[in-house]
Amino acid sequence: MGFVWFWIVAVMIAAYVVLDGFDLGVGILSAFLARAEDDRRTLIRSIGPVWDGNEVWLLAGGGTLYFAFPLLYASSFSGFYLPLMIVLWLLICRGASIELRMHTDHEVWRTFFDGLFFLSSALLAIFFGAALANVIRGVPLGADEYFFLPLWTNWRVGAQPGILDWYTVIGGVVALVALATHGALWLVLKAPGELEDRARRAASVLWIVLLLVTLISLPATIAVRPSALDNYRAHPILFLIPALVVAMLIGILSFTRQRKPLAAFLSSSLYLVFMLVGAAVGLYPTLLPSSTDPGRDITIAKALAGPHSLHVGIVWWSFGLALALIYFITSYRLFRGKVTAESGYGH
Amino acid sequence: MNALLLDRIHFAFTVTYHYLFPQLTMGLALLMVVMKLIALRTSDGRWNQAARFWARIFAINFLLGVVTGIPMEFQFGTNWSEFSRLTGGVIGQPLAMEGIFAFFLESTFLGLFLFGEKRLTRLQHLGAAAMVWVGSWISGFFIIVTDAWMQHPLAYHVLENGTYEVASFWKFMLNPWAWIQYAHNMCGAVVTASFVVAATGAFYLLEKRHEEFGRLFLRLGVIAGLISCVIQIFPTGDLHGRYVARYQPAAIAGMEGLFQTRKGAPIVLIGQPDERTQQIDNPLAVNDVLSFLIYGTTHAEVKGLDAFPPDQWPSALPLLYYSYHIMAGLGTWFLLLMAVAAVLLWRGKLYSTRWILWPILLSFPLPYIANTAGWMTTEIGRQPWLVYGLIRTSQGYSAHVSAGNALFTLLGFLGLYSVLSILWIVIVYRFILTGPATSADALPGPGTPTLTTA
Ligand code: HDD
Ligand code: HEM
Ligand code: HEM
Repeated sequence: MGFVWFWIVAVMIAAYVVLDGFDLGVGILSAFLARAEDDRRTLIRSIGPVWDGNEVWLLAGGGTLYFAFPLLYASSFSGFYLPLMIVLWLLICRGASIELRMHTDHEVWRTFFDGLFFLSSALLAIFFGAALANVIRGVPLGADEYFFLPLWTNWRVGAQPGILDWYTVIGGVVALVALATHGALWLVLKAPGELEDRARRAASVLWIVLLLVTLISLPATIAVRPSALDNYRAHPILFLIPALVVAMLIGILSFTRQRKPLAAFLSSSLYLVFMLVGAAVGLYPTLLPSSTDPGRDITIAKALAGPHSLHVGIVWWSFGLALALIYFITSYRLFRGKVTAESGYGH
Repeated sequence: MNALLLDRIHFAFTVTYHYLFPQLTMGLALLMVVMKLIALRTSDGRWNQAARFWARIFAINFLLGVVTGIPMEFQFGTNWSEFSRLTGGVIGQPLAMEGIFAFFLESTFLGLFLFGEKRLTRLQHLGAAAMVWVGSWISGFFIIVTDAWMQHPLAYHVLENGTYEVASFWKFMLNPWAWIQYAHNMCGAVVTASFVVAATGAFYLLEKRHEEFGRLFLRLGVIAGLISCVIQIFPTGDLHGRYVARYQPAAIAGMEGLFQTRKGAPIVLIGQPDERTQQIDNPLAVNDVLSFLIYGTTHAEVKGLDAFPPDQWPSALPLLYYSYHIMAGLGTWFLLLMAVAAVLLWRGKLYSTRWILWPILLSFPLPYIANTAGWMTTEIGRQPWLVYGLIRTSQGYSAHVSAGNALFTLLGFLGLYSVLSILWIVIVYRFILTGPATSADALPGPGTPTLTTA
């Protein structure tokens, strides 16, 4: 049961990153790619009908985490109190800016909401990356299985770290670059004309940076958390995952060159998935490692909810997810194809 | 201020603010289905236009419901971590189910409803509206099941590590408290939506603009308003009260301001509770009525607060008493107003009777107040328990998060939500001024479809 729910939660988080990832990426790029009002509108239109549904994966994933591993939810959410609250504020600002910019004809307000959209998207990407890096690095769990992390201390990785140290900053940068690339590839797929070309050029530039930061992040992770390799050593077949990460990186580049935008976008989706799966394999069966004493790690066994809940949960979860997939496929099919200046989905 | 108190204010403020939006969207979703149905049956295009107009107002409220709802889910972990650890195996379940069964449904079909009118047949478009309605009502259900378990916990058992788990999924979902609370709460949402729709109609008629739609809105609003106001009081409000009296006797004593246990207990219509002297100042009371309402006979004994040890008294007694009285008082006013309006509608005089249009216009904020007061009654009445009879509120909060941190984020939410409120009012007001007739083609700003601009 623990194994199953660990991967259910991991898959839902991965789905969130892949789906909301591209609309965050579009937000990050909006400041650089959009030159005129028309471009800005096309950018927003490319994510307009789907961004809200994408964000539901965060809620559903969070809810599932709460339900399957209450201790993990309680400990990590209260321990990362301040950054999580900032994430919430950013989500509010971002949702509001996407929608509200459309209801004003004033240049000043539009520019304000555009700026807010860019800033909140970029900061969210950084925070999500840093959050994952915090989990990999571990936190100073107390004997009562709680902790409280300040935002920063001395930027060093140690027994008493802050949310931000050199390692988690790397995590934030990886996420920023990866989601920007992901967003660029989405735009290549959806945007028409010149915007498409600009997005393609952005993707090529970002690709080099992504390759670099990915290659830095792998040894950095091993340096910060040597035990991340334990599972890989026990089952060498797992080394396939980092190999796939690299393969997907190559895929992004070559498919973009060959003008196969869908394949390129899928490669970057899988790149994100394999990065996350790689991290999850490194952690399993720990959910939140302790930076002071491995005996205090929050493990699956410690955090798992009661057996009856979990058995019932499998039933409704499978059923509900099947329904959700049907909705998603319907909606993406209905809104497939390029967005254009005048077509619009409205009446 | 200590961390516990700040966490309580934090949750109360953010949830009260959040619920301003779903109470409208849940009610409006139903009314939009009604509009689409009438449009389909009568082939009267104006009802389609009306539905489109309200869809736009729905969408902006939905958006704000979404962005303010996400903090709610996170707060269980951030500010109520010990509560989450203890009861996650129970209440995590409906919360996760809400995401998976309701939010996916709602967000997808709202997209279809808003952006798909051209690509769908008329029947399919009605279907999309119906799914949005079903989704929002399922969402409300799972939230209420969660709350009802905290009010009236059942079907649980305690694991070795002291945490709670669901012992029977179906008993948990079929919690009778939840179903009564659900009926009363959803009906309250319809009251809000009816009043908003009716008030918009009254506004148009008084302003002499979009008058044709003003009449449609007023008719729909008054009929839906009358039905929901009746159901709100009887049977749902009455039944809810009996349940509280049976399972949370200290809460009902606080709500009614009954300090002393009595046979033939009176109902206090107006009066100010005085905790020091343990009596109601300046009371306007009717004898025997409370006994009758709860037990069906005028001389039944009702337990007063003196029957309970003070550490089990609801902690914010005057607030509890006033919240309850505000809800019930407003409920009476709503019923009166809608009954008079309905009679005028029936006799064909409603649209030209200014003395009734004015109160209808001015009353639109009141259902928001009544719904909020109702929830305050429920939540304060539950104190000092977080899960009634099992976990005290003081056991549930995040002890590792200092008061300073909680105050910082509370202030942050206060600031952010103030700005959101201003933007919300400006936008909804502009939609209403623009009116339904033109809203299909002339959007403020060249139309670019996102969630709120179909
Ligand atoms: C338009 C809103 C509205 C109106 C007019 C009323 N209510 Fe209400 N009431 C609610 C909206 C509401 C609510 C916000 O929806 C509550 C809070 C929790 C819930 O499920 O419903 C509620 C709760 C609630 C409770 C539960 C309190 C508790 O759990 O401690 C009782 C006993 C009543 N109501 C009784 C009444 C009566 C007798 C009314 C008749 C006048 C009435 N309500 C009108
Ligand atoms: C819109 C509806 C709601 C309103 C207006 C509301 C209001 C409040 C208020 C005023 C408090 C503070 C009580 C006190 O400390 O004296 C509170 C606390 C709380 N409520 Fe609600 N509530 C609502 C819905 C819910 C729902 C649906 C849930 C459960 C899913 C819930 C869970 C809680 C929790 C966990 C607390 C904190 C602990 C406590 O102080 O009891 N509330 N709420
Ligand atoms: C009386 C209490 C509540 C009711 C009836 C209610 C109902 C709803 C509804 C119908 C929506 C859909 C959005 C909309 O239509 O505006 C919504 C959104 C949301 N609510 Fe609440 N809510 C309540 C309180 C809470 C509480 C206590 C939580 C915390 C768990 C919560 C979490 C959420 C979340 C996370 C969303 C966003 C959903 C999305 O992305 O679509 N709500 N709520």
